[in-house]
Amino acid sequence: MDIKRLFTLFLLLSALIANGQNHDHDHDDHSGHDHDAELTEQEHHNEGGFAGGHHDICTFHHEVTPENFSAQQIAFHHIADANVYSIGPLQLPLPAILWSKDGGLDFFLSSKFDFETMGHGTGHSAHNRYIMDGGAIRRITDPSFPEGTVKIDGLKHKHETTDKGKDKEVTYVCYNGSEYRTDAESTLDGGMFGGGITSFHDFSITKNVTAMIIVTLLMFFVFRSIANKYKERDGKAPKGMQGFMEPIFLFIRDEVLVPFLGDKADRYMPFIMSLFFFILALNLFGQIPFLGGANVTGSLSVTLVLAVIAFLVTNLSGKKDYWQHIFWMPGVPAWVKTILTPVEFMGVFIKPLTLMLRLFANITAGHIVVIIFVSLIFIFGNVGTNIGGAIGGAVGSTILTMFMMAIELLVAFIQAFVFAILTTSYIGAAVEEHHH
Amino acid sequence: MTGTLAAIGAGLAVIGAGIGIGNIGSKAMEAIARQPEAVGDIRSNMILMAALIEGAALIAIILAFFAG
Repeated sequence: MDIKRLFTLFLLLSALIANGQNHDHDHDDHSGHDHDAELTEQEHHNEGGFAGGHHDICTFHHEVTPENFSAQQIAFHHIADANVYSIGPLQLPLPAILWSKDGGLDFFLSSKFDFETMGHGTGHSAHNRYIMDGGAIRRITDPSFPEGTVKIDGLKHKHETTDKGKDKEVTYVCYNGSEYRTDAESTLDGGMFGGGITSFHDFSITKNVTAMIIVTLLMFFVFRSIANKYKERDGKAPKGMQGFMEPIFLFIRDEVLVPFLGDKADRYMPFIMSLFFFILALNLFGQIPFLGGANVTGSLSVTLVLAVIAFLVTNLSGKKDYWQHIFWMPGVPAWVKTILTPVEFMGVFIKPLTLMLRLFANITAGHIVVIIFVSLIFIFGNVGTNIGGAIGGAVGSTILTMFMMAIELLVAFIQAFVFAILTTSYIGAAVEEHHH
Repeated sequence: MTGTLAAIGAGLAVIGAGIGIGNIGSKAMEAIARQPEAVGDIRSNMILMAALIEGAALIAIILAFFAG
């Protein structure tokens, strides 16, 4: 298909989609009262999902209107981890391993939450006082909520101010006419992606973990087959996958390992190579649209672990000279040493910290920009009420998004390379031979 | 208010990145002009340095996200 046909098809599709959004905005949630006084949810054929949530209605489908459309919330929702694996609109359940102080350890498949297969990952049932809201698991803090699998009436999102003055959105479960507050999972950073230490810990096989497992298996098979090819095609020119990996591999060895490590390059080669290819593969995997959008390296936890491993390898292979240079730098006057020692000591921890933050920030920033560019379509089309705007927005947004994704490909390679080269330079400093 | 201050902070961080990467770019251009056969070496070093500076700016931007 040539580019003109592709373009026309895209415009038609966007027109159709924008057209399908044109519902009247009267909230006819009020009809459909049954026996209970609480407003029951009415299954719209609306686009459900990530509304800004200023409603006071208990529903599973929050209608997106121009007033409550929040591009920031959509961006954060898409770069965060989730307990469902979504391939396009299809949601696949993942195993959930949850621990809470009063509930103990829970291990079940997240399909127990009874969410729609083509939906937004909001569960219609609560299981053992856990619910699933938009793909993330939350816990009902009230102990009076019944255990087991319970069908709930809806969810309500309220904006609250935490005691630190920050604006936070809290999910309430509507059940039997009353509302139960829920907690987000405990997170390392709190704030944006969670809330510090809350009532439960989430050890599930989430989207990120699944992506890491897939990427690890993929890399294992690729490199195993390449290694076997080297054995059977000894002396012959490389072919196929071998020919693709060889220049990259040799580039890392000759530009990164040998200049910094010299003759010790072979000792650290497996580690640095695994680090580089792992980060590269994860970065590229997070770029594939619709395949879950597993933003693995854009999560602080993963980059933290990589930085901790780099820290351990560097400091466990540190020679006496290395520690002497940190704590009692030779060759400078004594008063300079007292200033230099705390700075160098902090540097031991800050260098891996910057490794972690650099990778996380680059990848996350790229993803957020791509999501915002795509949200431009919704903003210009005024969430489905303005078709002309939507089409215009689609044209501009497509060009911007393609440009941004090209930059992101470059950034994926560069950031993996920068992580590897900095780790190598730190290891090189640690294993350096005595000069003076 | 914190949202606006956070956005202003992010903008300031980007100014720093812009100045730094601009300097690298200009020096790289001059170096290529002086010695055109070294363009490959210069280009790869330039991209590496730009990535390091960009890392610092993006850390500031992400902190701005967290703050506001």
